[in-house]
Amino acid sequence: MAQVNAEGHWKATSHLMWIALAIWAFFSFVIHFFVNSLNEIVILGFPLGYYMAAQGSLIVFVVLLFWFARRQDSIDREFGVAEEE
Amino acid sequence: MATQSSAESGFLANLGKVYGIYTGGFLAFVIFIAILEQLGVPNRILGYLFVGFTILVYAIIGILSRTGQVSEYYVAGRKVPAFYNGMATGADWMSAASFVGMAGTLYALGYDGLAFVLGWTGGYVLVSVLLAPFLRKFGAYTVPDFLAARYGGNLARFLGVIVLISCSFTYVVAQIYGTGLIASRFLGLDFTIAVYAGLAGILVCSMLGGMRAVTWTQVAQYIVLIVAYLTPVVILATKNYGVPVPQLMYGQALQDITARESQMIESGLAAAGTLKPYITPFLTYDRLNFFALILCLMVGTASLPHILMRYFTTPSVRDARKSVAWSLFFIFLLYFTAPSYAAFAKLEVYTNVIGQSLDQLPQWISTYSNLGLVKIYGVTLQALSSGIAAVGAAIAAGAADVGSVAATLQSKGLTSELANWSALGDPVKAVVFDAVRANGAVTAQEIFNPAIHAAATAAGNTTNLLGLAGLSIDNDVIVLSTPEIAGLPYVIAGLVAAGGLAAALSTADGLLLAIANALSHDIYYKMVDTHAPTTRRLIVARVLLVIVAVIAAYTASTKPADILAMVSWAFSLAAAGLFPALVLGVWWKRANQWGAVVGIIAGFGICLYYLVGTRYFAVSFYETWSGLSGANEAAIAKFNELKAAWEGAAPEAKAAAWKAFDTHAQTVANWFGVRNISSALFGLPAGFIAMYVVSLLTKAPSKQMQDFIDEIRRPKGKELMEGGNLVTDVR
Repeated sequence: MAQVNAEGHWKATSHLMWIALAIWAFFSFVIHFFVNSLNEIVILGFPLGYYMAAQGSLIVFVVLLFWFARRQDSIDREFGVAEEE
Repeated sequence: MATQSSAESGFLANLGKVYGIYTGGFLAFVIFIAILEQLGVPNRILGYLFVGFTILVYAIIGILSRTGQVSEYYVAGRKVPAFYNGMATGADWMSAASFVGMAGTLYALGYDGLAFVLGWTGGYVLVSVLLAPFLRKFGAYTVPDFLAARYGGNLARFLGVIVLISCSFTYVVAQIYGTGLIASRFLGLDFTIAVYAGLAGILVCSMLGGMRAVTWTQVAQYIVLIVAYLTPVVILATKNYGVPVPQLMYGQALQDITARESQMIESGLAAAGTLKPYITPFLTYDRLNFFALILCLMVGTASLPHILMRYFTTPSVRDARKSVAWSLFFIFLLYFTAPSYAAFAKLEVYTNVIGQSLDQLPQWISTYSNLGLVKIYGVTLQALSSGIAAVGAAIAAGAADVGSVAATLQSKGLTSELANWSALGDPVKAVVFDAVRANGAVTAQEIFNPAIHAAATAAGNTTNLLGLAGLSIDNDVIVLSTPEIAGLPYVIAGLVAAGGLAAALSTADGLLLAIANALSHDIYYKMVDTHAPTTRRLIVARVLLVIVAVIAAYTASTKPADILAMVSWAFSLAAAGLFPALVLGVWWKRANQWGAVVGIIAGFGICLYYLVGTRYFAVSFYETWSGLSGANEAAIAKFNELKAAWEGAAPEAKAAAWKAFDTHAQTVANWFGVRNISSALFGLPAGFIAMYVVSLLTKAPSKQMQDFIDEIRRPKGKELMEGGNLVTDVR
């Protein structure tokens, strides 16, 4: 059992929070600023700018959440504040 | 007791098997209906079987999940595994509007409609990263419970309840309205009866078992709705492109749409100025509004109490996080399919409807024209039928020509016939009148072609071909008509109806529970009678649930246009009212009671002011804030012109002049051009700033409160609340 280290835990948690929010902000907003340039690229008939708003960003969100759940869990374990199974 | 709990642990251990059998049973049922259809059973009976059977199953689940325990009633005993809670959240989240209307929005708005797809999915990132796990650790029954504990007292709780009710009530009315609409369209039930039938379906799932019953019916409803949503479009993709993955195959359709758009402009079927190219961004919403809408919908998602409270039901904090990921996955399955519906429908309309001879429109056009949902140059079969009836009554009462119909109906006091008659355009009136005079038994179908020809000519189209401007399609038609467009048997249409109903019922259940629990737990138990025994708490909870449900159903039965339009406000209201207090409550220890109180009032207040002001008091809102308005010079000139016209109008023309004036004022009454659906763009920062400033100006939270926050931040250890009460006093 790891030693409880509340301060370190919160620091690592906050760090992860900012990473997750940065990815979220990029795929929610930033990438769609460039929709017109991205639309020049066409894959399987999809203009890329359209595709990112219709599917691409959504897929990123789903993967991000599963990754986040795992990552946060390992932080909790590392600092000894995870729940018992 | 012992047998009940062992039966229950058996249920929880075998969830996969139970819902696997259920899904298999449902598919077998669909096949059974398909066989009945082949045997010649009429569609109407099939529709009743579909809806009746699914509601019966939900009711059985609801009754089997009845409970007499407070924690089961409010949070399903905190035993719902992450995967199943994800499905339940999916059903909770996806409303009648998502199921039936979303594809239609995308059809109408093209790229700009994707703001809804993004906004209604990305918010779950905020839920998982910022809120859900911490609220789960805290162990509350309701969202206001958390506000009360964190911000020391009932004032914050009470404000939380107000925000919760204002964003949930209009929403639940819209869901019940949705059940009425679907049941009346597919089963031919009277709308009001359909609404109350929906109410019964909702109550039987939620009243006896509270959250526990709602959870397990929502899982069942999710399965029905996702099967119903995917089936028609998968078959359509297979038929047209040979690959059963519509989400990948509609890329080709996008290309074809773009090609067809320029073709239509060349051949004069569409005017270059009015056609909005499907994949071109920022034609309906400008950049500011597009991104503002995404932000407001996302933050609103993360603040809606009926969603947050679903994560109170998982066994652990870890499961709460996993559960958000599963929720988004299950929601994603529908939302990434919706654009393919829209693209296939657009291509179908552009190739097989626009440019066709007015005499040879596809069958599905007349099916939905019968329901009044598809208009050809403003003409629908539904309006023609009621027009025929009105003329029949007028002729019977002595009307001799077209001009005297209105006066005759008026003198006989036939007001509804008069309204139906007046709704027809002038060229159509003549067609209807002549046809009825020649043959009293004429049908709408028989005069449809002459009527649309007359209307098209009046609109300046003499080519006999349907132009883009002549077609108007209700948003709901896109999903509902896909089975017919794909040439599928009625069984698939019945499946879609059952899916839409599942979506409406499951969302209504979640919302009702959120409202009723806030009233019974936060208002009654926490503020009125803090010593109420368990049995009385549960009785009060159920009585309030029924009362709220009946009020909502009654409101829905009056078809309140205003309330239905207000549904989209829910996201901004929740975002501005709750998000700052919830997020800072976890992430900023210095946030205190007065900061939260002022923050909620400021955020919610500004949001509400903007919503109501721009919608209902547009003239005075514009005049107060004209300096901030995003209106251009032409719009301002028009505003002044209409104002002068209204001021100078004769008394009898005053009302009409005001209407024109007010309608235009709504387009200029804004701050920086932001639409009122995105009003949280102002409310959200106001809430954060007010909370920050006031917290710093007042006393820091106590040492106990700081420890309490540390506790919430650590998954390990017991919940801080038990049975709806704080374990230790933190004030």
